[in-house]
Amino acid sequence: MEILGLLIPVSLGLGGLGLLAFIWSLRGRQYEDPKGDAQRILSSEWDDHPKP
Amino acid sequence: MSDAALQDRDARLSACPACDAAPLAQRIAAAAGGKGEGGDIVLSLPTIHCAVCITDVERALNRHPGVRDARVNLTLRRVTVDAPGMSAAELIPVVEGIGYEAHELDPAALSASAADRQGRDILMRIGVAGFAMMNIMILSVAVWSGAEDATRDMFHWISGAIALPTVAFAGQPFFASAWRALRHGRLGMDVPISLALILASAISVYETMQSGHHAYFDAAVMLCFFLLIGRYLDYRTRAVARSAAEELTALEVPRAFRVTAAGDEPVPVAELSIGDLIRIRPGARIPADGEIVEGSSEIDRSLLTGESIPVVAAPGMALSAGETNLTGPLVMRVTAAGADSSLARLTALVAAAESARGHYTGLADRASRLYSPLVHILALCSFLGWYFATRDARLAVNVAAAVLIITCPCALGLAVPAVVTAASGRLFGRGLLIKDGTALERLAEVDAVVFDKTGTLTMGVPQLVSLDPVPVAARPLALALAQGSSHPLSQALTQALRDAGTEAAALADLREVPGHGISGTWQGHELRLGRAGWLGADHGEARLSASWLSLGQGAPIRLEFSDRLRPGAETCVARILASGRPVMLLSGDAAPVVRDLAQRLGIAEWHAGVTPVEKAETLRRLRQQGRHALMVGDGLNDTAALAEAHVSISPASALDAARTASDMVLMGSDLAPVAEALALARQARARIKENFAISLIYNIVAVPVAIAGFATPLMAALAMSLSSVSVTLNALRLRR
Repeated sequence: MEILGLLIPVSLGLGGLGLLAFIWSLRGRQYEDPKGDAQRILSSEWDDHPKP
Repeated sequence: MSDAALQDRDARLSACPACDAAPLAQRIAAAAGGKGEGGDIVLSLPTIHCAVCITDVERALNRHPGVRDARVNLTLRRVTVDAPGMSAAELIPVVEGIGYEAHELDPAALSASAADRQGRDILMRIGVAGFAMMNIMILSVAVWSGAEDATRDMFHWISGAIALPTVAFAGQPFFASAWRALRHGRLGMDVPISLALILASAISVYETMQSGHHAYFDAAVMLCFFLLIGRYLDYRTRAVARSAAEELTALEVPRAFRVTAAGDEPVPVAELSIGDLIRIRPGARIPADGEIVEGSSEIDRSLLTGESIPVVAAPGMALSAGETNLTGPLVMRVTAAGADSSLARLTALVAAAESARGHYTGLADRASRLYSPLVHILALCSFLGWYFATRDARLAVNVAAAVLIITCPCALGLAVPAVVTAASGRLFGRGLLIKDGTALERLAEVDAVVFDKTGTLTMGVPQLVSLDPVPVAARPLALALAQGSSHPLSQALTQALRDAGTEAAALADLREVPGHGISGTWQGHELRLGRAGWLGADHGEARLSASWLSLGQGAPIRLEFSDRLRPGAETCVARILASGRPVMLLSGDAAPVVRDLAQRLGIAEWHAGVTPVEKAETLRRLRQQGRHALMVGDGLNDTAALAEAHVSISPASALDAARTASDMVLMGSDLAPVAEALALARQARARIKENFAISLIYNIVAVPVAIAGFATPLMAALAMSLSSVSVTLNALRLRR
């Protein structure tokens, strides 16, 4: 059962990472234009190099 | 905008976008003449819909010299351009040049940033609650499957360490709203929610300290999670509606051109005072009441009175705000401004009618009014019952907490927002914008429909009845005359001739005589197109609007025009009649025209020559008879009636006053979505009631178990998630 002492913090840490990633994406305004983002992926405009 | 101002807006985000939009017009007017000073320029792009559109618009704008960056937002159908020192007027042609409609939007008028912040705030709380819920669930599985003694206590302590901060953070919207409700002496839906959250957390901490068997940390966090989703759906629906309502207002900037010694200067309409001289260009709307001083033209009064035939305007004639100047420039002296103008009098009428309608109580409110006291009484009774039966306070509190958690209106809080979001999303896709939160529910109750004629059932745009009276040889001449004028009848004639494949002839001395018509010379003959009197003809019975064509020799030719039906008007009326609701036609236009239209559409009850006050009274009478009337109208003369009706719809081409007074706005020109909306609203109401029934069934099953003291945290978790998920799925069926 000692393994619990390791596994519980690890699982909480992994979940926390997910939460941090979500907060980061929220701060980065990634939920402002869901329809536009769904369409933008179909455009080949910036396929070869990223938008400067 | 300062941060404090933003926060002020944040706090005022109301359920009524019209209330937000109405003062907006004033603010825009106050900021008249403001060019983009270094700030971003926002353009509305109503026609974009795909990946190619996004790329096209961004590429065109980015290539334009002076533009630093352009970013399209497809969800809001807007493009934000970073172009310091440039104005929207320079960028609109760039976008229109590649074939997309573009309108300037005043960025100051769009409170998008404040609204977005609120949305992000709720999303953040959902994220935190979701994270906490998943972790506590995993720990709870161990407890449910039989962890004992020290292990169970440890899991409980860890769960508590996650749950308590989460409930404190994610539950804030509920605590704040419950506190507000309590201070006003009401029991909203949020009071039992907050009580359940606090009681569940407290009893769980106590039980954990006593190393008890049951802790409800998972239930408390799950409650937060599901209810926040309901909150977010609710917020989304209102945010989309509000931003669109703001956009409608931001499109129309009420400005007037005051004539001064130094030339014309643009001023906000609100700043006009009595005695000011203002210039009104052809095609412009008249901004205030006044009297013509100079110039002659024709005036379209259809928005004000419903008359479809333009009237001649000459010096000395009185004009009212809301009319449209058609052919010649006019100079007008303002005779009434501000509170005295006819526009302001109508607004007062609207305000009176709106207060008469009062506050409609939605299904969710009615349900929660019934529900909240019941929940509290149930919990209290089970506490008292168990306490007096066993004299064990700890057990009694445990049972009471279980009852509160199980009966918590989780599904109830999700049932209505999920259905409204699904339904309004579908209506939005069909071009119908819902401005008011309860409009959909009121629409479902409609048992009578009242239509306005000009501009609503008809386009308010004339159409040539027949081209036959014009000899084929004369058609190129007629086209050359007609295309030189912006008068609606000339444009209708131009359209008809072009459709017939006519090429314009070359005419000399083409000139427009404002208020009369247009003339030109061809092979020494003078040609005229215009009003009967000017051509020496007798107009006769003014049943249809008519224009006359004189070819220099012979009698003038009479050209008849009729108002074109709005597309979908026939199917819309037919569908409403087929659904068993009576349809009434109220118009300010002349009787023969109204009768023709009513017969064509199969409307039995019609009234012609109706004044704005009579329209409102008709609606009031319907209400007094206990009918729930839907009013569809577009003009200033309909505004009071729109506000008086149980629910109202106006087309996007309507005056802003009419759009503000109505609950829904029809974005496209097709009228068919109105009939669809009626059907969909009934469906949505049925779905809401089904959802209430579903959550009621869960409660009927689970509450006796909880009162009997057999409830476990596992049961609470199961009942809560099952009812929430089934309610959401049932709501989503509306989307297809």
